[in-house]
Amino acid sequence: MDWSWAFEWARTLSEQSGVNLTFVYDSYDRDRLARGFLNTVYLSLVCLFLSVVIGVLGAWLQGSKLVWTRRIVQGYIQFFRNTPPLVQLYFFYFAIGSLMPTYENRFGFQEPMLDNFAWAVISLSFFAGAFNVEIFRSGIEAVPAATVEAAESLGYNRLQAYRYIVLPLAFRVCLPALNNNLVNLVKTTTLAYAIAVPEMLYMANQIWSDSVNVPETMTFLLFAYVFLVGLLVWAMHAWERSMRMPGYGR
Amino acid sequence: MSRRGGPPRDLAGETDLPVLLPAAAALQHRARRERELGAALPRLTWRHGLVLLLGLLVSAGLAQAQAGAAKEPVLEVIVRWLPVLLEGFLFNIVISVLAMAFGTLVGTWLGLMQISLLLPVRAGSWVVTQFFRNAPWLVLLFYCMFLLPFELRILGLTVPFPDWLKATIGLSLPVVANVSEIVRGAVNSIPSGQWEASESLAFNRRQVLWMIILPQCVKRMLPPWMNLYAILTMATVLASVVGVSEMMTQAGRVLAAENRPELLIPIYSFVLLCFFLYCYPIARWTVALERRFQVRL
Amino acid sequence: MAWNAEQPIVSCKDVHKSFGAIEVLKGVTLDVAKGETICVIGPSGSGKSTLLRCINALVPIDSGSITVEGQEVHDPKLDKLALRRKVGMVFQQYNLFPHKSALQNVMMAPVTVLKQDRAEVEQRAYRLMKKVRLEGKELAYPGELSGGQQQRVAIARALAMNPDVMLFDEVTAALDPETVKEVLVTIRELAEEGMTCILVTHEMGFAREVADQIYFTDRGVIVEQGPPADFFASAKDPRTREFLSQIL
Repeated sequence: MDWSWAFEWARTLSEQSGVNLTFVYDSYDRDRLARGFLNTVYLSLVCLFLSVVIGVLGAWLQGSKLVWTRRIVQGYIQFFRNTPPLVQLYFFYFAIGSLMPTYENRFGFQEPMLDNFAWAVISLSFFAGAFNVEIFRSGIEAVPAATVEAAESLGYNRLQAYRYIVLPLAFRVCLPALNNNLVNLVKTTTLAYAIAVPEMLYMANQIWSDSVNVPETMTFLLFAYVFLVGLLVWAMHAWERSMRMPGYGR
Repeated sequence: MSRRGGPPRDLAGETDLPVLLPAAAALQHRARRERELGAALPRLTWRHGLVLLLGLLVSAGLAQAQAGAAKEPVLEVIVRWLPVLLEGFLFNIVISVLAMAFGTLVGTWLGLMQISLLLPVRAGSWVVTQFFRNAPWLVLLFYCMFLLPFELRILGLTVPFPDWLKATIGLSLPVVANVSEIVRGAVNSIPSGQWEASESLAFNRRQVLWMIILPQCVKRMLPPWMNLYAILTMATVLASVVGVSEMMTQAGRVLAAENRPELLIPIYSFVLLCFFLYCYPIARWTVALERRFQVRL
Repeated sequence: MAWNAEQPIVSCKDVHKSFGAIEVLKGVTLDVAKGETICVIGPSGSGKSTLLRCINALVPIDSGSITVEGQEVHDPKLDKLALRRKVGMVFQQYNLFPHKSALQNVMMAPVTVLKQDRAEVEQRAYRLMKKVRLEGKELAYPGELSGGQQQRVAIARALAMNPDVMLFDEVTAALDPETVKEVLVTIRELAEEGMTCILVTHEMGFAREVADQIYFTDRGVIVEQGPPADFFASAKDPRTREFLSQIL
């Protein structure tokens, strides 16, 4: 698709009115913003996926017979639930990151094993994962044993009862809380700015520092985030509505 | 976040027997509350304080062992820097109190506009609420930091507009949106029978709202409002990202001045401990209020 | 082991079952012939519901034997799927699956467990919904149905497996008095059609009307049994008489 008319329009706009949308007409700034946007989406998706994996694993471990396994999971949840995510990020990046071994790159410099992006992924996934553990656990607990009994009386074996009855039910119970958490996670990815991960906020900051167009870039950034998060919220609610059990809840 | 009114119902709602156990209703209640707050519910217990204190002491001990006896003891370093750190913490508290006050005032009006009978008012306030709810806190903070002027001229008077005040406004915007949702949720949770009964007694809408409905809402609004304050207090550390001299920033400066990497964990543990000491009583009080008002779970 | 229709379809011999230190069944023996309807009555906590769960192998027994159509239920090698095709069960709390519509509730097990043809099962499900007088409610979800309606869906769901025996576990205990009747009518029709039914119930009037045999249990044993006419008119055991005097 030909966007040159839009670039031209932005260039004229900046010449005539001073509203300087470099991230539209300047290919360098445009690429930076696009990279930042893609990094935000990528960071969100990786963290969403990992946090759900951590949630399932943690919920499974919480059902363990070993007291210490349960305690460690509980301690993990409590830590991440009750400290600011920014502190968690600093903790991972500065405290644990400094303990990690380094390796020599091809230019002969010492480079850490994990880069900033990896630390952001680890920190944010553990942050959102802690909530997912609790959510999944309550979801499973919400399905009464009698429902499993009813399924078994209809000839389902344990595995089938879980696959066809318990998990679909638990999932429906979890969905609203899970959605909150995932939306929250996407908003929290902006914190990765603090450890210089080139996501959208960081890239926008670079653009307005170089091109001195703070109001334009800032406003665009704000609307971009509101649009992105709003889209996610809308999609999640549509999903929730399609999954809702008539007669139960809203 | 449905726009429909009516009292909220439990998952085990309409049928006469619970098909799902109380965990389902509890989770749904939690999800609804978190949707109003735009963040997870904090739940502090005394154990967290104990763990933080232990963490501080253990990490200080380890750092000491690592550094050797020649260096100044870690706890003494913290005590020496205490005025600087606490001054930063004072900023956190002032920012949180002011942002909450401003957010509550504006948010309450926005919330009441959301239940207005006039469609444009209702729709407009809904859009504003959703806008600030969906915007990440840090982005709003950046916006205010960079775009508010450093001083205001009112009637020839020049009022300085320092960084911390801009941060306060930035942090109050999400509070506005979340208070608005809390108010709307609370008003909608009052059974419609209350409206009908008072209208049948010839109260007008304003009277019904202020004399019948809102007094009943206070009970339901107070716990989430206090939860929101706890969330906001924790979020004030974001101001360090934009360079306000609050406690996290000061902690970073202390670390830079001392140039002893082993101090990192003890000092940040101390920061967390300060936040805990401030937030814990609020959390206890919130739980007590929730229990007293018997918020349905 | 060959089984023919003259032998009891369900046969319990000296069944014992404990939950921890509490012995719930202390040697229960009972036979049910094909096409017969029996009612098990007795005070709560006397082991009635446990007995039904044992017959359906939901709960393992400690000793004794239970056979259904000659097949030992608590044989570890038993194919539970085969047993549960023969024995349908309806619960006090209905236990419908709330995320599926009434029709889907009826169709699920035959389609996913028995792998039967979906179109054929659907037709049968519609017939069963009609049979339990819920025509037009096929697409409603459990949360939108009254207790009595939900319980009738549960009956249809059990019938969809084409069982030879139906177990009813206090199916009216959780219902409003008005809706009890509609469920009982459905069960009576089933009994009249020759379905073998084992009911645990507190509805004495219904038991008297519909049962071929009545068993009275107390504290894990069968105290007394007999056809309803004799049972209600001339109970011999003092415990039975006391129970009946309290309930009638």
